[in-house]
Amino acid sequence: MAAATKLSDYRDQLFKGSQGDLEKKLVNSTTLYVGNLSFYTREYQIHELFGKCGDIRRIVMGLDRFKKTPCGFCFVEYYDRDDAQNAIRYINATKLDDRVIRTDWDAGFEEGRQYGRGKSGGQVRDEFRKDYDAGRGGYGKMFGTMESI
Amino acid sequence: MNRGRRRQHEDDDYGGRYFKKRRTNSEHEIGDEDPLRTLIYDVGEKTKASVESSIEGVSKMLEVDLSSQKVKILETLLEVVTKQPEKCTIYSTLVGLLNAKNYNFGGEFIETVVKDFKERVKSEQWTLAEYCLRFISDLVNSHVISATSLLQLYDAFMDVAFDASSLQARRDWVVYAILNCLPWVGRELYDKKQQTMERLMITIDNYMKKRNKKHHGLLRVWLVDDPHPQEEYLDCLWTQIEKLKMDGWNEKHIIRPYLAFDNVLCEALQHNLPQILLPQQQGPVAYPLPSVVFRMFDYTDCPEGPVLPGGHSIERYLIEQELRAILCKYNEDRKECVAALLDYPHNHRVPLEYIIVEVIFGELFRLPVPEFLQICYASILLELCKRPGSLVPQALAQTTELLFDRIDTMNVSCVDRFVTWFAYHLSNNQFRWSWEDWSRVVGMDPQHPKPKFVSEIIQKCIRLSYYERLSELIPKSLESLLPPACEPFYKFDSQISGKIPGLAQATQLQAAFREKISMEQILGILKQVPNPLDPDLDMDLDKWSHNPLAIQVFAQTLFMLGSKTITHARSALLKYQGIFSTILKDTTEDGHLCVLKSAFEVWKKDTQMLGVAVDLLLKYRIVAFGSVANWIFTKDMQPEFTRIYLWEILHQTIRKMNKNISRLSKELAEAKEKVRMAENSSSDSETEEKSHPKDKALLDIPSDDQINAMEEKLEAQQAERKDSFLIIFQRFIMILSEHIAQCDTNGKPVNTPWYQWTVGRLQEVFMQHIDQVYQYSSTLETLLFTQDLDKNILEIFEQFKALKA
Repeated sequence: MAAATKLSDYRDQLFKGSQGDLEKKLVNSTTLYVGNLSFYTREYQIHELFGKCGDIRRIVMGLDRFKKTPCGFCFVEYYDRDDAQNAIRYINATKLDDRVIRTDWDAGFEEGRQYGRGKSGGQVRDEFRKDYDAGRGGYGKMFGTMESI
Repeated sequence: MNRGRRRQHEDDDYGGRYFKKRRTNSEHEIGDEDPLRTLIYDVGEKTKASVESSIEGVSKMLEVDLSSQKVKILETLLEVVTKQPEKCTIYSTLVGLLNAKNYNFGGEFIETVVKDFKERVKSEQWTLAEYCLRFISDLVNSHVISATSLLQLYDAFMDVAFDASSLQARRDWVVYAILNCLPWVGRELYDKKQQTMERLMITIDNYMKKRNKKHHGLLRVWLVDDPHPQEEYLDCLWTQIEKLKMDGWNEKHIIRPYLAFDNVLCEALQHNLPQILLPQQQGPVAYPLPSVVFRMFDYTDCPEGPVLPGGHSIERYLIEQELRAILCKYNEDRKECVAALLDYPHNHRVPLEYIIVEVIFGELFRLPVPEFLQICYASILLELCKRPGSLVPQALAQTTELLFDRIDTMNVSCVDRFVTWFAYHLSNNQFRWSWEDWSRVVGMDPQHPKPKFVSEIIQKCIRLSYYERLSELIPKSLESLLPPACEPFYKFDSQISGKIPGLAQATQLQAAFREKISMEQILGILKQVPNPLDPDLDMDLDKWSHNPLAIQVFAQTLFMLGSKTITHARSALLKYQGIFSTILKDTTEDGHLCVLKSAFEVWKKDTQMLGVAVDLLLKYRIVAFGSVANWIFTKDMQPEFTRIYLWEILHQTIRKMNKNISRLSKELAEAKEKVRMAENSSSDSETEEKSHPKDKALLDIPSDDQINAMEEKLEAQQAERKDSFLIIFQRFIMILSEHIAQCDTNGKPVNTPWYQWTVGRLQEVFMQHIDQVYQYSSTLETLLFTQDLDKNILEIFEQFKALKA
């Protein structure tokens, strides 16, 4: 079973606490981070999909820090860790809204973590993205801004 | 069988992360540090040498260490019996060679494996016990055990099978375990002791003729046997064994390395098996449930190429068993699972992908419930489709058409699972499908399973995407099967309903929510809602009288407040649950029903939100579990019986009850344990630490009062669960009996689509909650399922009792 709960390489840089604290939280967490969502994916779709692995306590949609609109990620919190584990086993790398979505353990939702940390308000990855992604606002913000010069 | 090789997975799907994965189980990782264990685990793995020379090589190396490393060798050999059952004949050959060199070692190994067999049986590890018995049997092939003593063992087991005082489940298991061994050892037993073997076969035949198969009806995926019979599992296996016997016990599936060592092994001294008494367990035992053999494909369904083995061939049985074992072993890792499935050693001799698809659907449709989550199977199928040149997408298209064709005789739980699977599969494939082909169902009776199925698929697809996506995708010919747009409905709107009673207060309430006024003020508004039960009553805040209209006004307005998303709904109900406590006080059933009916009125068109609303109402204890059961069986809901969502709500409700009770039981047990441990330690210690309540609390030891409170709460919930089940069964019986009576009076046929669905749903309640319902069997028999009931309804109960008999 130990292999199954192997953590990914991602560590939240804004986590308030030591790496040890963070890892302890991840290993006991019932919350998942879900990424690569379309900006148009709605909460009910996430509920329908992730509900296939167990009862969901809540979903927190990731929002653009300024516009307060969905910016392509969310947190799914289950009551039981086993259910979250199953979501990682069966839903990670499958599609929602025609996009391959990614799931990862999260230390737990706290107020403020629902906002994108990119300079423009969305996720950091959308600042520097070079390709055009219609479901995530088109070109990366950095390139979008450059083009307008 | 590349278990020794490291496999690296570099997969963009994981966001460019690079996982180093080893296709081994964790036990093998330990083995890596231990050359002896690795040596044994890796026997017969695909090396340049043949399997036989690999075995020979390892046996020679082990012979040297037999005395110095005896314990470890015995332990490891025992492990591989249950951990690598697919290599049974390889290891029995190895043990055979070791036995030929060292008779005592052979004897010790037999002792070890027999002991393990008994322990597995005792701890109810049925599959592992089967592997043990099979290995023991195969040791006859490698001349370690005498054929005579094995047959004596089987005869002794058959005595157990004829012991009528045991449960049939136990007796069936014993016979199954024996039959499971015969493909391996049948030939040898027949050659050595033909007459004894013949007698054994007759004994088994007698058992098969006498055993009760009443449970069969509940386990069928389809109600009819055309085109494929849904055979009872033990019947099917027995037919396959009989056919094997007629073929002279010759089969081409199992590899038999011991044949290459015949000259060495036949010189070996054989052992006699000790007597093995099948252990009796204490208390209630969970025997494996019976099943049906799921068949979907014919050899004509498969493409050009290797032929699908016949339904009664032993090859089919062996392949399916092995593929199921792979699914079980790798169920937590779909990539590994797919690799192992496609790597199956016999993949060139059979249409492997078709058999895999059939086995997976057989598992998905397994009754009462599948072994793993439905999405586990769905994700494995998706993964199988990804392989270049895969035949699986084609097999799945055929499967869908085939299942659709036969949907009117399919078990309703299986229909649900088929719908769920197909919608999910489509959502991963841009909803591409030959929708137009299904337009032929549009003209049919809308209650008929086929059009119902198509509309349910569309609804589930919408839930995974959005309405416009599907409405644009569906051809015009299927438009009538599109559901209405998923919007809430609020009747307290003068433009919709005119000046209905309660409108004024509803409007005030909406404004009040926006302005975030106090609870008292809200109650003040509700107080003014006219009371249809007692129009002249002057409402007093301190003494709230049941006012169904006030409940409607409040509930519906609150649902509308939280209608935007699930999170909004949760916040709204959480914030104002206090109001519900007041207005539902002393209203008992009626009040709860009012709330649920309001939820239905608002969310009729959005069945997902309806399910969420009911879930929240239960979570915040606004309504009781029993009320949900009552609500589902009200007259208004009868037309909804043929829709899937209603039963999803019922079963999700029951599951929540079960979860609560488990949690409370666990907490109670933990609390009692804390008390017990504290008492033990205080009785041990010399000091006079009296159990002062304050000290207890500091040490987090529950007080007697707390424990009593927990016990009461648990008992109350268990009683509520029992009542809920009684309500459900009683209402089913009432509704079905009513229908039958009406049909008889009007001379109409009873078996309408509605009737078939509803009977199926009754069966489903038994099946999804077998263990709980079984606890109430005698109450159900005495109060509800009495002899005067219509025999079709009573039959279901009889079949259910047979399931656990």
